[in-house]
Amino acid sequence: MAAELLRENFEIQGRNFDKAGEISSEIKVILKDLGIDASCFRRVVIVAFEAEMNVVMYAERGTISLILTDRDISLEVKDEGPGIPDIDLAMKEGYSTASDEMREMGFGFGMGLPNMKKNSDEFCIESEVGKGTSVFARILLDSHA
Amino acid sequence: MKLAEIKDLLKCEVLAGDEDLSTDITHVVASDGMSEILAFAKSSELMITGLTNIQSIRTADIAGVSAVIYCRGKRPDKKVIDFAKQKRIPVLATDMVMFDICGILYNKGLKGVS
Repeated sequence: MAAELLRENFEIQGRNFDKAGEISSEIKVILKDLGIDASCFRRVVIVAFEAEMNVVMYAERGTISLILTDRDISLEVKDEGPGIPDIDLAMKEGYSTASDEMREMGFGFGMGLPNMKKNSDEFCIESEVGKGTSVFARILLDSHA
Repeated sequence: MKLAEIKDLLKCEVLAGDEDLSTDITHVVASDGMSEILAFAKSSELMITGLTNIQSIRTADIAGVSAVIYCRGKRPDKKVIDFAKQKRIPVLATDMVMFDICGILYNKGLKGVS
């Protein structure tokens, strides 16, 4: 198993649209400062941003953990939200349960989860209705996908 | 094409980054959906959008675009402009609609992203 070089945990406030995205910006700065390859950290921050927006839009609260090893960068996102009844459906491009308010923010067009998967080398999502959703995404340091 | 030329072509007002219009633009990404910008932008594109809230600049920063042009006469709040200045992202605004902007830039040889 690869050695863990860095782990940072962040708290996400649900429904706080003004602050939505701040954590992802912070992650971008951390990875940039560490000298991580631009195409790699770009993929990480896109996954982080989509995940953060989902938590802000749907959940009461959540957390993002950023984990760096010598081989990859992982994001673990957990929320206390409504959960996703049908994950296969939620992963389809264009499928959305977003409200008008979410769409006014420029999100909720059914591209968030597919975008996260597309930018990850390994992606998994688990959800329990009424409890919340967990997402794990891994991006390899030497991947140029 | 330089951002300064695009500014003249689209009759834009510069809201942020007046000193930084020498950027060379070759590709454009245009949408009101921020996930669409995030999905298609590769980096350094010009972003055209009608969404003027703080998330538009947040998306521009995360996607790594070179500049943002707000279309349809929309103008963002001061806090959005201040945020763009902080992120060093030039922001322009025009009264033109997105279809016309894309048509004009396409005719000038700029490319889309897919």
